[in-house]
Amino acid sequence: MRISVFITCFNDTLFPQTGRAMVELLERLGHEVEFRPEQTCCGQMHMNSGYRDEGLELAARMRRVFDGAEVIVTPSASCAGHVLEHEPGLPVHELSQFLTGVLGVEEVGARYPARVAYHPTCHSLRALRVGDGPGRLLAAVEGLDLVEIDEADQCCGFGGTFAVKNAEVSMAMLDDKLSAIERSGAEVVTAVDNSCLMQIGGGLSRRGSPVSTLHLAEILAAT
Amino acid sequence: MSDAREVVLGRIRTALADRPQPTAAVLPPTPPAPADPVALFAERAGEYRAAVHRVDTAGVVAQVAEICAAHGARRLAVPRDLPEGWLPPGVEGTGDATVPALDRVDGVLTGCAAAIAETGTIVLDGGPGQGIRALTLVPDLHICVVAAELVCASVSEAFQRVEPSVRRRRAPLTLISGPSATSDIELSRVEGVHGPRRLEIVIVT
Amino acid sequence: MSSASRGGATFPQAAHVELRNAQLRRNLGHATRTIRAKRAAVVDELDNWQQLREAGAAIKRDVMANLDTYLVEFERAATEAGATVHWAADADAANDLVAGIVAGHGEHEVVKVKSLTTDEIGLNDALAARGVEALETDFAELILQLDGDWSSHILVPAIHRNRTEIRDLLRRTIGPADLSDEPAALAEAARVHLRERFLRARVGISGANFAIAETGTLVVLESEGNGRMCTTLPQVLISVVGIEKLLPRFEHLAVFMQLLPRSSTGERMNPYTSLWTGVTPGDGPAEMHVVLLDNGRSDVLRDPVGREALHCIRCSACLNVCPVYERTGGHAYGSIYPGPIGAILTPQLEGIGAAASLPYASSLCGACYEVCPVKIDIPRVLVHLRGLTPKRGAERRAMRTLAWLFADAGRYRRAQRLARVLPARVAGAGPMRAWTAGRDLPAVAPQSFREWWHERRP
Repeated sequence: MRISVFITCFNDTLFPQTGRAMVELLERLGHEVEFRPEQTCCGQMHMNSGYRDEGLELAARMRRVFDGAEVIVTPSASCAGHVLEHEPGLPVHELSQFLTGVLGVEEVGARYPARVAYHPTCHSLRALRVGDGPGRLLAAVEGLDLVEIDEADQCCGFGGTFAVKNAEVSMAMLDDKLSAIERSGAEVVTAVDNSCLMQIGGGLSRRGSPVSTLHLAEILAAT
Repeated sequence: MSDAREVVLGRIRTALADRPQPTAAVLPPTPPAPADPVALFAERAGEYRAAVHRVDTAGVVAQVAEICAAHGARRLAVPRDLPEGWLPPGVEGTGDATVPALDRVDGVLTGCAAAIAETGTIVLDGGPGQGIRALTLVPDLHICVVAAELVCASVSEAFQRVEPSVRRRRAPLTLISGPSATSDIELSRVEGVHGPRRLEIVIVT
Repeated sequence: MSSASRGGATFPQAAHVELRNAQLRRNLGHATRTIRAKRAAVVDELDNWQQLREAGAAIKRDVMANLDTYLVEFERAATEAGATVHWAADADAANDLVAGIVAGHGEHEVVKVKSLTTDEIGLNDALAARGVEALETDFAELILQLDGDWSSHILVPAIHRNRTEIRDLLRRTIGPADLSDEPAALAEAARVHLRERFLRARVGISGANFAIAETGTLVVLESEGNGRMCTTLPQVLISVVGIEKLLPRFEHLAVFMQLLPRSSTGERMNPYTSLWTGVTPGDGPAEMHVVLLDNGRSDVLRDPVGREALHCIRCSACLNVCPVYERTGGHAYGSIYPGPIGAILTPQLEGIGAAASLPYASSLCGACYEVCPVKIDIPRVLVHLRGLTPKRGAERRAMRTLAWLFADAGRYRRAQRLARVLPARVAGAGPMRAWTAGRDLPAVAPQSFREWWHERRP
């Protein structure tokens, strides 16, 4: 399959290692990967911040950039959700849903010996409904010890611009999430969205916690 | 105030200028009935802390007598068409349904129009053996005789059963699920606010 | 008692105050966690829950699409049954109508069942201004009234008060002086105090959970029995009903009687539900008035996306799952309708300018949509309303600049490279300071993904 990477402006700029890992993983699974350099941003942030016209224009620009792509995969559930809502004709897939739903794989040849907790991000959980897909992918990783976070489905408090417009509430939500993570005994927290991991990781690091964050793609790419 | 009527209706019509045409609602099919609706009703009503008793027709009066004795109730308000043979000897029944009279009785004894197994609910529609609404509201003890054949499996079925009362005689309905309660104090359910604090249900098979 | 929200504070300002109320957060956290668990248990019992939700949503969509027709039908049926139906375009009109009816009977005291609609229009204050005392009879409303406080939760309005505070308040007001803080004792104090008022009241005021167009029937759900007291014992009953409360047919009520109790208190059925149609001679009030209230609902109806906020059946399930509400409580929303539903209803009822910060009082987590018994897509409406709020100043310039950068790959790449070299203190300015106050920020990567890709295969 020829897979077109939708890297997202966010990952491109702040978490390129997630994109690199996703490419390595997909190639390891035997697929051809392309990257269209005309892509920039899908417009999710604008849409959710109330700049609807800009959000729609950027989504439409995505449609033009990815014209003719057979299949498009992204390491961001929230961006996938935005594109699927506003440009439903585009064959966009969030990475974990692509692996389990389209490729039908759970075991991807990954090895990552560590105690890992999975945080279900709100977009992937409720909008894309990835279900237990990420959990099954993690369970198949050699050496990985998967632990549960109490009340895992509680929002981490990121919510895009919510994190700065309502920073105090966002921090209150984050504090509870961090406490739950600490109780889980995890060494690493993973998720399918780097936006949430930035919120969680930013809080862990400010606390001086030894717990780190790592996108699911990077765990699945590890050997 | 027909001006206000025209203003409000006019605003609504303007608001609906886009002429929405929603698809029709599909009422969910009634779920399969439980194996023993009467037993389920007894169980669910009991969970609300209503006291539930099961008797046969011959046993009604004795059960009512026992309940009255247990509560020290000697005088009950009753609907004028209360079935013969329900009121025990030694217990006075009064048909006076004025508020001051109801405030002075020890309890009230009625039948019902229907009961709901799924939710442990009694439905009154002011029909035979039930009387007016104040009757089951003011006294502190309500003894309700529920004929087993009146037990409906589900909420939908119960509403179907009483719908004719509403259509034909605009019957007021009261649905009762346990004694009165409040959850306003730190969310713990506390029985006994303004309705009858004690509900005794006598199921008759 | 939060004055911040009453003073026209924005949500973030009000939240700042409320977040520091440790007792509120503790009580709310405990309450919402408890109700969530109860709700989940009774919903799990039903195999057809999703079908019920879909039916509820479809019925309400039909009501709104044909609201004028159903209102006229309700008016006819209720009038034939002996009720007098009035129409009120706004709060003042409704208050005038109610006060006029009360004055017409020469009464100075009425008993009231909790009604958010009457709170919305400020009925109690309007009556007080005309020398009429409206006695709240719901336990929580009684507490709030005795304390001069206002509601923080649709269903459990005094949730921010613990039992000791309630005991102290009741000792101070309705007594007795040696009242304990046992919930049973507190409830008994309320019972004794109110019973005498119920039994002699001549005028009762209520709202309605539902109004059935086909039959002209009103429906009130409750737990304590005060609703039955207020709607059955007085000679005169006045019910203030928002026009959105309609259901088309009697059979539709069964759907909502399954959706509402399970969604609100997490019970299979609430203790008491009363249905009445007009006047029943010899049974209940001899005089029945229905006041159909608009007060902004027709404005909400005008918006094809926003109008589903009118489907709300006031269950409060959304409040109980909302991580924002759980931490700030209802006062932070500055409105009678708090939480997720408040964030979409209040700006539409009052106008977006009056409540512009409310659509942003959400992380868009979507938990509310999952539990709404009538499937209101609250996140979708929130984003829609965000699109309608006024955009100004530095934020608007920044967002438009970003959109311009994103519109061209070359501009975007140059901006990426520029961001890499921005000094940390510039990056930490403005909105970023709100981030860095509590969280670390990742650095811009030395090599972007596209630069890496380009290197590996030019």
